[in-house]
Amino acid sequence: MDQLRPYRSFTSYIDRSREYYSAQGYTKPYAWAHHDDVPFAPLQKSLDRCRVGLVTTASGTPVEGAIGVGPFKRELYAAPTDPPPKSLFTNDLFWDKQATHTDDIDSFMPVNRLAECAATGRIGSVSPRFYGVPTDYSQGRTTQRSAPQILEWCRQDGLDAVLLTAL
Amino acid sequence: MSLVARHLEANGIATVVMGCARDIVEECGVARFVFTDFPLGNPCGKPWDVPMQQAIVESTLTLLERAWMPRTTVQTPFRWENDTWRDAFMRVDESNREALAQAGEERRRRQAEIKTNR
Repeated sequence: MDQLRPYRSFTSYIDRSREYYSAQGYTKPYAWAHHDDVPFAPLQKSLDRCRVGLVTTASGTPVEGAIGVGPFKRELYAAPTDPPPKSLFTNDLFWDKQATHTDDIDSFMPVNRLAECAATGRIGSVSPRFYGVPTDYSQGRTTQRSAPQILEWCRQDGLDAVLLTAL
Repeated sequence: MSLVARHLEANGIATVVMGCARDIVEECGVARFVFTDFPLGNPCGKPWDVPMQQAIVESTLTLLERAWMPRTTVQTPFRWENDTWRDAFMRVDESNREALAQAGEERRRRQAEIKTNR
């Protein structure tokens, strides 16, 4: 035991964001998704025979406007992993812009690191495309529109496993 | 993102979520989760730190191979160089309470304007 602490160590973003938006006068707190049951798909073959894909919340090009400033449009997209993108647009997302930055794509979507794993044979191959899914306030849009489209792309690309990284 | 992962799992594709917001992902409930206790923005390792990024990806692949039941969370061993971000992010205290209230008012006013102009 290194220390005794009267609080949990990791940050609760559910608590933090509720208090933050409450201070801005939003009286109805956001209701986060909660499930009692969790689906589980075991890996069907050894990893060195698997094709692995990537999903990110970052977008490929700057979107028109920004959150709260004007009409903004974020779309689902699929884009090539080879050559890997040098950067992705993240400014409209709610990450900690005081503490860090997203200039290195592999800090939030490990496209080059995964390619290295394919080169050494740790995985079979990297998906020819990665997929972008917008962070959506509406859980209904995510489950009804985004998730089925991502599944369809995964099937088109013959994926066995997917790493999903949220900023 | 966790909702997308759940949909893929339900349709037979194995997934791992890599993230820094532990409570949000675990409340939603996902099959496999690699948690790195960093500020939001770098769930796959510090920028330009290739060995760290490789180690986190390796933890992710190992979890893919070895998890045998859902809600399996692995926390990577890495720490940010300081803890100041923990209290600073979305902080609400007496120093900014009034400014936040004003910012909320301003945002609602702009949104109402956009709605009217549509």
